[in-house]
Amino acid sequence: MELLLDSLFNGVAIGSVLLVAALGLAIVFGLMGVINLAHGELMMLGAYTTYVTQLIFKLPILKPFYNSYIIVSIFLAFIVSGVVGILLEKTIIRKLYGSPLETLLATWGVSLILQQFVRSVPLAYGTGLVISLLIGLFLPTTFPSKIKESINFKYFKFSSWIFAALTGVLTGSVISSSVSKLSRASARNVDVTAPSWMRGQVEIIGTAFPKTRLMIIVITLISVIAITLFLNQSAWGMRIRAVTQNRRMSDCLGISTEKVDIITFGIGSGLAGVAGVAVSLLGSVGPNVGGNYIVGCFMVVVLGGVGNLLGTVLASFGIGIMTDLIGAGRLLSIWPDMPLPLSNAINFFATTSMARVMIFALIVIFLQFKPTGLFPQKGRMVEN
Amino acid sequence: MRISRRILAGLATASLAVTATSCGGGGTSGSFDDTVTVGILHSLSGTMAISESTLVDTEKMAIEEINAAGGVTVGGKSYKIEYIVEDGASDWPTFAEKSKKLIDQDGVPVVFGGWTSASRKAMLPVYESKDAFLYYPIQYEAQECSNNIFYTGATPNQQSEPATDFMYKRSPAAGGDFFLVGSDYVFPRTSNTITKAQVKQLGGKVVGEDYLPLGNTEVAPIISKIKKALPDGGIIINTLNGDQNVAFFKQIQDAGITPSSGYYVMNYSIAEEEISTIGPEFLEGHYGAWNYMMSIDTPASKKFAASFKKRWGSDRVVADPQESAYNMVYLWKQAVEDAGTFDDNAVREALVGQKFDAPQGPVEVMPNHHLSQTVRIGEINAEGGFTILEETGVVLPQAWNQKHPSSKGFACDWTDPSKGEKYKL
Repeated sequence: MELLLDSLFNGVAIGSVLLVAALGLAIVFGLMGVINLAHGELMMLGAYTTYVTQLIFKLPILKPFYNSYIIVSIFLAFIVSGVVGILLEKTIIRKLYGSPLETLLATWGVSLILQQFVRSVPLAYGTGLVISLLIGLFLPTTFPSKIKESINFKYFKFSSWIFAALTGVLTGSVISSSVSKLSRASARNVDVTAPSWMRGQVEIIGTAFPKTRLMIIVITLISVIAITLFLNQSAWGMRIRAVTQNRRMSDCLGISTEKVDIITFGIGSGLAGVAGVAVSLLGSVGPNVGGNYIVGCFMVVVLGGVGNLLGTVLASFGIGIMTDLIGAGRLLSIWPDMPLPLSNAINFFATTSMARVMIFALIVIFLQFKPTGLFPQKGRMVEN
Repeated sequence: MRISRRILAGLATASLAVTATSCGGGGTSGSFDDTVTVGILHSLSGTMAISESTLVDTEKMAIEEINAAGGVTVGGKSYKIEYIVEDGASDWPTFAEKSKKLIDQDGVPVVFGGWTSASRKAMLPVYESKDAFLYYPIQYEAQECSNNIFYTGATPNQQSEPATDFMYKRSPAAGGDFFLVGSDYVFPRTSNTITKAQVKQLGGKVVGEDYLPLGNTEVAPIISKIKKALPDGGIIINTLNGDQNVAFFKQIQDAGITPSSGYYVMNYSIAEEEISTIGPEFLEGHYGAWNYMMSIDTPASKKFAASFKKRWGSDRVVADPQESAYNMVYLWKQAVEDAGTFDDNAVREALVGQKFDAPQGPVEVMPNHHLSQTVRIGEINAEGGFTILEETGVVLPQAWNQKHPSSKGFACDWTDPSKGEKYKL
């Protein structure tokens, strides 16, 4: 019983890291069909946001609230990655809808740019830049409609960008002068330390579970529930689903597909940011952190069936449990006196490297029989 | 033509600036009769840049020190050392390419370079075919002995073997079972093969091993295996690389695998630099084995650390790989002066038997092109350094490991042409 619980927990823990990382991609790739290779770097931005938030909460003013920085950083990471995602959509991806190869190349380029950006720009000024982007993009939308409709709106928009730039520079220099760790550019990996209440273990039914893993599972569950509710219950969710199913018809019926694209992409990217927070709790934060997850993300989305959230959920937990079963050689402890050749084979695959090979092989075999994944999209899809 | 002249002018200004700084170091320098240019080849970009750039800093410092003390004296003439720094870009073929450039185009008499075994393996054929000389400063898996490479890092019998011995006989987990964890590439696998053979000799038991593919940070299956194999604590030998250590130590602490519950990790790739990145709070109470540790309490060690901090900033630390890099520059200088020429073959002959009072203590170049060194076992403390627990005497290097099944009974001796790279003992 204890063994089963332990194994199940481990599988779910591994799976939820995969799931939280793949969730944003499931939306961007699954619903919009955009192959976004910069997804991993959006995760990395989320991880760096956690790091910056952690350092800012160490300042004397915010010190009393230090323990809650991780909660704050989840929201901030969502916003930061979301805004960068929106910018990416508006400037690059919008022009490339329907040409997957070009999108692939362009987003790969973006991923390289983002990696070099965090390597060579001091994080304090990076934060400033993000803040000015935020203000510049959203300040004009808060103007009263009278101004918005006036003929001089572009001047208002322009001046709000100037204001945004000044605020950004100011925040950048304030942070840079008060937090010395953020004032210099560095390619060195940095470290997020979980607050004390999140370290150590909790005991449930005689088995000890690491708290950070539980936290990641909770973050994942909340993200999945929130995104499902959003897609199925809200008006915008309905529009997104409509555009996914038939873009031209939705356009004819008066749905602003442009807005839908921005929102979908923004949410997908924001979820990548949340994944970044989760990932920062497990390992170190560096420019390459996203690259380690991107293949896994695509694997999960493809296995689950493109365009299906339930498929993504099941696929990631499935892979998680398989990784634990094979990688930790669990079958041997469940069935200790199995015949020798079989137990040798299991021992052979019971290392992390071999388990990965085995899982990929199993997925390839599975896709031979069900090329569209676990849950293929049903109904008539209008391509192009 | 005009452009190249401008570049030359720029170079001249740059070298003037270098002269100015090295003179500013406050030496007896004055005038030199001539200059000699050496090559420095490490990754300044890419994944390895973080580690390798510290070596470039150390080598520059050593060269500046030598220049400040009058440079290299060859045949009664004093030579000022100048250097060309090339970027290996964490890409192994680039290391080979840049080596060719340094040897053929720049005509340097010596190249100081490399970190990963992969980069060394890529450079090896270049130096052997051109009969040039590479100085390589990192502790590595050995099982190699080239006439054209000079290795100043530790071989396994100068690091992992004394460490395993300590863990099995004298650590708080003495007599316990072993679990081996490493990144999935040549160094951890070779090192663990040696450890397994040694544990067997000692009468201990290795109850499990696992390798994490490079770049992977999912440690959960490894933790399950450790808990299953060592339910009541034991010895963990860790040869993980770089960032994977961060994931490993964060997650094992959360899973309750700590010194206070009887698990002790011996690390072969964690030095002072890495401790500060990972965070001493995750590492306190675990162990490391090196030839040099910053906490060595001798004047030579303190002077080395102090001059590095003075040159590059008070927040910088020195660690074992840097000490090896520092030693190799000085050993090259001594060999050149003894040989009385910069010629490769003469320097190679003069090099064997060179002694140097290194920050770690005396070292000597052996006929197998490796160094005899002192081994130290340290416990990681809350301040991010090592508390030195044990110190061996001087240990001779084994290019061919005597515990590894494939190299047992073999040795290397370049001073005797009939013995060479690999001969039967």
